[in-house]
Amino acid sequence: MGRGGTGALPPAADCAGAAGPRAGGRAPRGSWAAAMLLSRCPSSSRARQCFHALKLIKRECLPSLHIARCVSTASVPRITTHYTIHPRDKDKRWEGVNMERFAEEADVVIVGAGPAGLSAAIRLKQLAAEHSKEIRVCLVEKASQIGAHTLSGACLEPRSLQELFPDWKERGAPLNTPVTEDKFGILTKKYRIPVPILPGLPMVNHGNYIVRLGHFVSWLGEQAEALGVEVYPGYAAAEVLFHEDGSVKGIATNDVGIQKDGAPKATFERGLELHAKVTVFAEGCHGHLAKQLYKKYNLREKCQPQSYGIGLKELWTIDEKKWKPGRVEHTVGWPLDRHTYGGSFLYHLNEGEPLVALGFVVGLDYQNPYLNPFREFQRWKHHPSVQPTLEGGTRIAYGARALNEGGFQSIPKLTFPGGLLIGCSPGLMNVPKIKGTHTAMKSGMLASEAIFSQLINENLQSKTIGLDVQEYEENLKKSWVWKELYAVRNIRPSCHSILGVYGGMIYTGIFYWILRGMEPWTLKHPGPDFAQLKPAKDCTPIEYPKPDGKISFDLLSSVALSGTNHEHDQPAHLTLKDDSIPVNRNLAVFDGPEQRFCPAGVYEYIPLETGEGSRLQINAQNCVHCKTCDIKDPSQNINWVVPEGGGGPAYNGM
Amino acid sequence: MAGLRVLVGVKRVIDYAVKTQGVKHSLNPFCEIALEEGVRLRERGAAAEVVAVSVGTRVCQETLRTALALGADRGVLVEVGEGAAVGPREAAAALAGLAGRLRPHLVLLGKQAIDDDCNQTGQLLAAMLDWPQGTFASRVEPEGEWVRVQREVDGGLETLRLRLPAVLTADLRLNEPRYATLPNIMKAKKKPLEVVAASEFLGGGSPPAPPRLRVLKLEEPPPRGGGQRVDDVPALLERLRASGCI
Repeated sequence: MGRGGTGALPPAADCAGAAGPRAGGRAPRGSWAAAMLLSRCPSSSRARQCFHALKLIKRECLPSLHIARCVSTASVPRITTHYTIHPRDKDKRWEGVNMERFAEEADVVIVGAGPAGLSAAIRLKQLAAEHSKEIRVCLVEKASQIGAHTLSGACLEPRSLQELFPDWKERGAPLNTPVTEDKFGILTKKYRIPVPILPGLPMVNHGNYIVRLGHFVSWLGEQAEALGVEVYPGYAAAEVLFHEDGSVKGIATNDVGIQKDGAPKATFERGLELHAKVTVFAEGCHGHLAKQLYKKYNLREKCQPQSYGIGLKELWTIDEKKWKPGRVEHTVGWPLDRHTYGGSFLYHLNEGEPLVALGFVVGLDYQNPYLNPFREFQRWKHHPSVQPTLEGGTRIAYGARALNEGGFQSIPKLTFPGGLLIGCSPGLMNVPKIKGTHTAMKSGMLASEAIFSQLINENLQSKTIGLDVQEYEENLKKSWVWKELYAVRNIRPSCHSILGVYGGMIYTGIFYWILRGMEPWTLKHPGPDFAQLKPAKDCTPIEYPKPDGKISFDLLSSVALSGTNHEHDQPAHLTLKDDSIPVNRNLAVFDGPEQRFCPAGVYEYIPLETGEGSRLQINAQNCVHCKTCDIKDPSQNINWVVPEGGGGPAYNGM
Repeated sequence: MAGLRVLVGVKRVIDYAVKTQGVKHSLNPFCEIALEEGVRLRERGAAAEVVAVSVGTRVCQETLRTALALGADRGVLVEVGEGAAVGPREAAAALAGLAGRLRPHLVLLGKQAIDDDCNQTGQLLAAMLDWPQGTFASRVEPEGEWVRVQREVDGGLETLRLRLPAVLTADLRLNEPRYATLPNIMKAKKKPLEVVAASEFLGGGSPPAPPRLRVLKLEEPPPRGGGQRVDDVPALLERLRASGCI
């Protein structure tokens, strides 16, 4: 063993030495541990550990040696120019530029005009009217129009809408398609195995409506404006402001007029500060400000890491003969293997013309870096049970968005001094039901009720300048939202066993259908999504079929249909903490998974003009604000920040 | 002559980045440039007031609010009935009528709208008012009772001196418009926005004249057919002859 050990020592020493200083101290931890283990393992009883350590070195150290050699002297072209990475106070080009901001005072500021944010705004104004009080509610939204960044299946459970507006029908809420049929199937390459949906299972849709959520959100926006909410679409909340005591003071909207290289333009103007007694963060799944708040207030201390999926969606007008308004279809199985969570949806809308909303979700805890969610979606459409519906039809829209799959276990602390989190931002989606809108709306309403009672309480003694509305979290925990999420908490994690998704289905059948979530245990998630990716050399590339241009399509024409656009002369909002990591780690170890998981073709590894090697090109203009890259980057190097307001997709009723 | 009153026409069009099912509307980019020029004239002291005008249905008020946020002092909506067609002739007639009432010294329009690409309203308006016109302006300099306009024409740049009042249409390189920032959007809510019925200018009360333009057909260009490779020039010539091109 000693000989084996000595034999192995030179590489270890080399590795530890070389990887250390040359690669700038970025040696993988495994190699250090392995080297330590080897130097201390004289007896044969530790033989297995040593061999294992050897394997570790081989796997982790050699690639980095290679990198050390290739990259040590080569300079990395600057990719990121955003001021969140390169602060302006140290930048000569910003000397003398007036950085003052105007400020406006409101009672409540809400970030994000989705179902949660709008429900919160509406509820506040309803309460104000009931109590004859005046409160100023400002809502900022990065989309140029309310609903333009909204994307969802969607099957709406009208429970929360009924509470918010009992007269929603008279008010013209666009719930035009009651669900008439619910179908579920398991797909194999050629066949579809129907699965009966027994009453009591979470995916029963009786009483629900198929909606175009973007239109529903637009309608909510109109109701909000009618009630006096100040709605500001086209303005993104870019920064959280804090009081001296650490509580949230409000937000500042994005600056405008910065060039692509980070220098100020002649039209440069600072954003506006909106100060509030309470700031409600309703940014949706994986919000960028929420990310900062988790860190600052340690909100994720006691919960599991959030787990996500990416949802891709298209709208098609189809042949009338194939149109079955009110039909809801879900599948699992092909083209994903049982270890990759995901499945499809296909909903037949009933709004006059034969329109279907269809899409595919892939759990972002997938392990194979060669997996391409967009192409899985495109090839699913060719399945013999799906293709006939689409034949003769026309695709009219495309989009994508990340969604939460962590469920109950991943809900963080929801309140902090001066602010709180509602909706998909903390993650209240009922994963097996695939519904989050009703819980998002309810959380917004509960938040407003708690905020309002503090606002009108004249004897309120707040410890901090920004109000800490803890009653919101307490009330949410007492509400039906909590019970519902608790009951289904184990279904998604039950898919992590060897049986994969089928294990999950069996678990649902046994434990949920019979026990309704009353089992005394709570299963865990295996860890954050980005850490599940295996190195490329351990995985097999997937052969995807070429798009045929009739049923399946290429990425760029799809991105064009999303209507996405950004002012091109601005710093890329997909910022990298370290510009060298994409090529050095993501490409070297994982073969650049961002080229595959981005549903908009933002990330491309282009061969260098000088011959060897590649560089990362970020096509920020294509971004559809799905947040998948921020979630799945195995190096967690990508930090999505908000671009100039108004940019992004132009979804119409998605 | 300091203290010019400037009338700027703004049109609500489908946003340029949207491909199909356009619901996202925005201010026509060329109108934005015209508006920016008007606001800069006022900031330089050459103009006293910038009035933004739009001709369309009630929803165009949004566009006028944006124009107010971009610096216009007040807005006027010439409101037409739902479904009424507003082509260049109707727009020019409405603007001419409004000009008669407001008496501006300068009318600034975008050279064309990105939805119909007509490039006619400015020219028609100048004819209706019998005012000089400076189209495709890339530089505007008021000089007392005159205005010096540099125009982008096919041969290069042409400079004209026009006696005020005049109609100018803005081309791309006239200026780079500013952003409508949130403080300005909030201020814009307090600026006056007047609504005037189009019937006052387009046929006084009686049903307006039927539109002169009728859209016969709207279709996507045919999908691009596959190309074919030929091996050498003689083969190319043969192909071209066979298809009747030469």
